[in-house]
Amino acid sequence: MSAFLKLLARNQLALAGLIVMGIVVVLALLTPLLPLADPDVTNTPARFTPPFSEGAWLGTDHLGRDLLSRLMWGTRLSLAVGFAAATIAATLGAAIGIISGFYGGRVDNIIMRFVDVLMAFPYILLALAIVAALGPGLMNALIAVAAVNIPFFARNIRGITVGIAHKEFVDAARLAGLSDAKIILTEILPNVLPVIVIAMSTTVGWMILETAGLSFLGLGSQPPQADLGSMLGEARNALITNPHTSIVPGVMILIIVMAINLLGDGVRDALDPRLKSGALNRPLPATLVARPAGYTAPAPDGEAVLQLAGLETQFHVGRRTYRAVGGVDLQISPGECVGLIGESGSGKSVTALSIMGLVASPPGKITGGSVFYKGQDLVGAPYERLRSLRGRRVAYIFQDPLATLHPLYTVGDQLIEAVRCHRNVPKSEARAHAIELLRAVRIPNAADRVDSYPHELSGGMRQRVGIAMALANDPEVIIADEPTTALDVTVQAQILTLLDDLRRDRGLAILFITHDFGVVAQLCDRVAVMYAGRIVEDGTVDDILAAPAHPYTKRLMACVPELGGGRRRLEAIPGLPPVVDNLPDGCAFADRCDKARDACRQGTIPLDPLGATRRVRCIDPELQEASA
Amino acid sequence: MTGYILKRLISAIPVLIGISIVVFLIMAMIPGDPATAILGSYATPENVAELNRDLGLDKPLVQRYFIWLSNLMQGDLGRSFNLNRPVLDEVLERFNATLILAGTSFVLCSVLGIAAGVISAARQYGIADKAITFAVLLGISIPSFFLGMMMILIFAVNLRWFPVSGMWPIYGTRDIWALIDHLTMPALALSVVATGVVARLSRSAMLEVLRQDFIRTARAKGVHERSIIWRHALRAAMVSIIPVLGIQAGFVLSGAVYIERVFQWPGIGQMLVDAILRRDILLVQGGVVFVAACYVLFNIIVDVAQSLLDPRIKT
Ligand code: SF4
Repeated sequence: MSAFLKLLARNQLALAGLIVMGIVVVLALLTPLLPLADPDVTNTPARFTPPFSEGAWLGTDHLGRDLLSRLMWGTRLSLAVGFAAATIAATLGAAIGIISGFYGGRVDNIIMRFVDVLMAFPYILLALAIVAALGPGLMNALIAVAAVNIPFFARNIRGITVGIAHKEFVDAARLAGLSDAKIILTEILPNVLPVIVIAMSTTVGWMILETAGLSFLGLGSQPPQADLGSMLGEARNALITNPHTSIVPGVMILIIVMAINLLGDGVRDALDPRLKSGALNRPLPATLVARPAGYTAPAPDGEAVLQLAGLETQFHVGRRTYRAVGGVDLQISPGECVGLIGESGSGKSVTALSIMGLVASPPGKITGGSVFYKGQDLVGAPYERLRSLRGRRVAYIFQDPLATLHPLYTVGDQLIEAVRCHRNVPKSEARAHAIELLRAVRIPNAADRVDSYPHELSGGMRQRVGIAMALANDPEVIIADEPTTALDVTVQAQILTLLDDLRRDRGLAILFITHDFGVVAQLCDRVAVMYAGRIVEDGTVDDILAAPAHPYTKRLMACVPELGGGRRRLEAIPGLPPVVDNLPDGCAFADRCDKARDACRQGTIPLDPLGATRRVRCIDPELQEASA
Repeated sequence: MTGYILKRLISAIPVLIGISIVVFLIMAMIPGDPATAILGSYATPENVAELNRDLGLDKPLVQRYFIWLSNLMQGDLGRSFNLNRPVLDEVLERFNATLILAGTSFVLCSVLGIAAGVISAARQYGIADKAITFAVLLGISIPSFFLGMMMILIFAVNLRWFPVSGMWPIYGTRDIWALIDHLTMPALALSVVATGVVARLSRSAMLEVLRQDFIRTARAKGVHERSIIWRHALRAAMVSIIPVLGIQAGFVLSGAVYIERVFQWPGIGQMLVDAILRRDILLVQGGVVFVAACYVLFNIIVDVAQSLLDPRIKT
């Protein structure tokens, strides 16, 4: 609760709303004690005195009554009526909602049907009908506004009660023989009360507005008594000649409603966990780049089609910094398939996404290093340059194609778009190409499938579509981020075979992100093992499979059976990967390594060459250079 | 699709029956003798007897409801004694005017609200976003009837851009331009609150969608950012925006009651308020049932639009 208040206080607008509302309420409470003129005493000779006159700060209305006094009394009345309506609606609505949610079944059904019917009305029609039946008057307007809002409370509270009614503590109370009434009062009510209060605080402004509206129409408070609405309603006739009589009550309503809205927004934001976690931040078109001043890119390797050099990517969440990628060097030659393997959280996916600037930003940021595509640094390249390479030269295949394909467009539309955002071809031609692509990834009945939506396809088919999309513009490099993880074993094998064939037919270079050594063994030429944002070992697949050098690689392999045994195996390594916002000095694997000793925890351990084609980041590798 | 529309129409029947019951019961709450209440205190005993016979007012409540319902089904909403014409004629004529006003406002709030929300989300925390957020806060806080009055003061009285009130010029031709001239201010005033609500919701729906995996896929394809926002994200966000548009239609229809009063627009809201003040019960009853039924039907249209937009909805 106090954390909540703190959060609310940090929201300056909400605080301002709270203060303004506080002042208005205090003034309204104090009105009878203030030295004000009688609000109802008419003085026709002094009618329409302009504001700031002697004895009438805000002027007088069409009957010569003091506007300031009427404003204060009117505000008092409007607030009282609004709060009363909110309280009545909340109490009755909550009672109905709790009963409906607690008893469920038939009772619930009947009540909710009735609530549905009430909510099917445009709310004011219902209010007007009630006023029509009861006759105009402030009390009746109050009843009408409260009644109209009961269904809203009933529905909200019912939803929450349903959630609580089956919790253990309620069951326990039932078993203990407590009566229903007692359970509702002692177990349910305390749990729904905060929701009721919040719902009230967000609707009270609305109710004030509604009762003022009915009064404005002449259906609420009747003369000489006046709330803000009827003041405005009476002033309407003199709007053109004496606008101040309208502006005074109108601005007051505006102030009250705005203060309540600000406060309500603040409460809502303070309660929304997504705002704190930054989950409602919009990712920019390309990952932000903030390399240290004076950064000079190293000379690129001429042969690699894609080369990462000292790549660093961080996430800034609140005051914490997560070093997801901490200086990765990696090269991919044309036509080569490189595996990047590691546990979840090792930074392998972030590495893959950093290449084309696809790391969500905020909170992601590339803070160092370079990514060379054919010798040209893509980090910090203009957006348009990146965009023109994305999908055309370097394409991605993602995990779980149900989430990664647009749910509302047909796969054909999505393929056509992939073609047409890089090549200016007519739609019919792009469509023909799309069907061709679907055939290339061995989708049966491609000509029919092209008009399917993603949800109409099986997981394997969807992933084939994902691959077809990556192939749409004949890229040189495909970055496949765990493309088979979400699939079952047989489909997994089919997709891997497909990828392998495509790569040989088309001379594709592939960067294959996985946590599965079996997949690496089947598909890759070289492999790099990642741990805590760094590469700990790399080399040819054959060498590493034959004799892993890093203790971590050895562990990883030891608990990996054949291809596609599921996800459980990595958990077989004792301990957890370190949280990358607080890496220890020295070897990041030290806490889980059998061979760890003091020297392991000091300084930075370099990625040292081990023989001609291998590198390993360990002071005591499993095999020594001589035997490598 | 036809099957789905049919299904939705059938599912609306219980709601419509519910609405008729609610309205009937509310009107049955009127204290005293209903015939006198309907006819007013000047009614002759013959009038009362006649009305009692026509509406079956001397019969028990349940029976009365069925008499009323069967008349309703035949389009007979009774007769307004104040206006001396059938309720249905008056309601249809007035509803026409309301439809023009509320319909325009609804289109305005949908288009402006969604556009503002999308721009706001696309430029999150930028100047445009802050400006829109502030305008939205102001918009949803200002009572529409007060806004309307201020608009009259500024744009009609001082600047003389638009006529002060009414739907048609008192003299002169009743063509589309005259209508637009009279319609602009009330339609704008009426749409402001709804625009704010739609903008707010569109912004958060867009922000939610923009973090989805399929947006990243589209970016990885090389789709241009403009198309990411307006094609990919908006399309997906519409799934959560459309139901809110349905709700806003109800709010616009409700707000029309105030705006019609401010601008002397001869719509059904004005008619209802006048009828309440004159205690023309049958007119109120007929008007409320009619508008509520129209709103239910409109929501079916919203559902159908939703199912057209989202292929995952089983039709
Ligand atoms: S450096 Fe030390 S702790 Fe790290 S893997 Fe090698 S032996 Fe184990």
